[in-house]
Amino acid sequence: MEVFPKIKRMGEGAILVEFEPEITPEILAKVLKLKKFLQKKLAKQKVEVTNTYNSLLIYYVSSIENAYNEIHGLFEEFSGANIEEIIESKLFHIPVCYSDVFALDLDEISRVKKLAKEEIIRLHSSVDYLVYFTGFLPGFLYLGGLPQVLHFSRRDHPRPQVQKGAVGIGEKQTGIYPQTSPGGWNIIGNSPVKLFDLAADKPCPISAGDRLRFYQVDLEEHQRISELVERGEFRIKSEKL
Amino acid sequence: MMAQVEILQPGLYSSIQDFGRYGYREFGVPTSGAMDRQAAKLANLLLKNEPDASVMEITLQGPKMAFSGTAQIVITGAQLSPELDGGELQNNQVVQVMAGQVLSFRRRKCGYRAYLAIKGGFQTEAVLGSRSWCDGVTPHSRLEKGVKLPFLESKRASVSKYSSVKVDEHITSEVVEAFRGPEFDLLQPSEKEALQKWHFSAAKESNRMGIQFQEKMENNLKPILTGPVLPGTVQLTPSGTLIALMRDGQTTGGYPRILQLTETGINTLVQKMPGEKLRIKLLDYS
Repeated sequence: MEVFPKIKRMGEGAILVEFEPEITPEILAKVLKLKKFLQKKLAKQKVEVTNTYNSLLIYYVSSIENAYNEIHGLFEEFSGANIEEIIESKLFHIPVCYSDVFALDLDEISRVKKLAKEEIIRLHSSVDYLVYFTGFLPGFLYLGGLPQVLHFSRRDHPRPQVQKGAVGIGEKQTGIYPQTSPGGWNIIGNSPVKLFDLAADKPCPISAGDRLRFYQVDLEEHQRISELVERGEFRIKSEKL
Repeated sequence: MMAQVEILQPGLYSSIQDFGRYGYREFGVPTSGAMDRQAAKLANLLLKNEPDASVMEITLQGPKMAFSGTAQIVITGAQLSPELDGGELQNNQVVQVMAGQVLSFRRRKCGYRAYLAIKGGFQTEAVLGSRSWCDGVTPHSRLEKGVKLPFLESKRASVSKYSSVKVDEHITSEVVEAFRGPEFDLLQPSEKEALQKWHFSAAKESNRMGIQFQEKMENNLKPILTGPVLPGTVQLTPSGTLIALMRDGQTTGGYPRILQLTETGINTLVQKMPGEKLRIKLLDYS
């Protein structure tokens, strides 16, 4: 029997905490509670705490001798006191244009799945996706909750350039490319919003634990929002959960 | 008064780097910063700069640049035969530069990355709290012809004529120190042994995001659930490629993390030319 969470060292200045290797909202909730607790406790030190589906990495920017003992101590305090951290999360509404202009692979998915394009769009924009973490690129969100009927394997040949804002499906995941980059996901639309905006107070508006829902916009509306985004006048609609 | 360094020829790959940005890894933003921190820090300390002042990182073939004002500079790291108006310069030595003088580089003698520090540091734009250039984060990712890098002109000062520091050992050392990574124990005993016995070398595909090894290591490891990674994390892919993530590396990854290089290990590895031999030395957590 494996015992979780596991606490491991990762080099001179980092500690890795691993919960059960599963992609579930329950495991993420455990990870984010501990993350918030540690961020508060370590606020005075130069430490970065990052998370993935089931892991937390505590990275001491200037490596210190007793980091491992410190984290162990904090972890015992956390488990012993049964601390309740309130994770405030928001639901963000993200506009997506599913027009043929952007949706390079929608026909292919429709053909293979024997689903009308309208049905794929309806399904894709019908659920609240959970943000597990950000990785791969600045502002690239790992989302859970893609309806099973839309699961679709990655392209055999990744595209050397996927356009900024492209909305794609890769296996069980869906996501938005925050910048133009190579990519192997099937592209079904484009979102005009910026998920990594250096001009904004908060360069990444969406964090782990938040949820997001896509809503369909036509080409004209996509264009209108793009212009607002460029002028810094577009605010992603959100509500507290 | 503000003066400028103008890039006349860009060389192979140079960029401005400090010690990187802090506080944005959870949003997928790499730390960035000087690949060989030890050499960058030394250059700054010799000029009595802050250790993390921004420097120019120069890879293999140096750029050619002109100074519009007086400056004091130090070059550390790889020995790339620097010249000021054609006169040979030594590494690890404070050099007085006058307005109009041209700095260039010739043949590589050892190492792979050199650092050019300037008194006061380069005054280029800071993004998210750091002057480190990084593709996708900052407007520039590498030096191009015609780029002008601002610096604060310094008064002419007497500079010592001899260098007090020899070539840093890590630049020529072939030993790269590493701790076991989170998935090290999934390796077979023979694979663990091979990791420590083999000679490895960097592949040509290497860059500031990651250094790949030429030698393949067959393995049966399964991909992991995407997890956090760091500069210095060595991943092993199903096709047997070892990839050491570097300063601009992504923040999460799905390949088994079999090693975690020490800071010195990173600084040593980034000074290896593609093809140059290196060995892994495993350290124990005390």
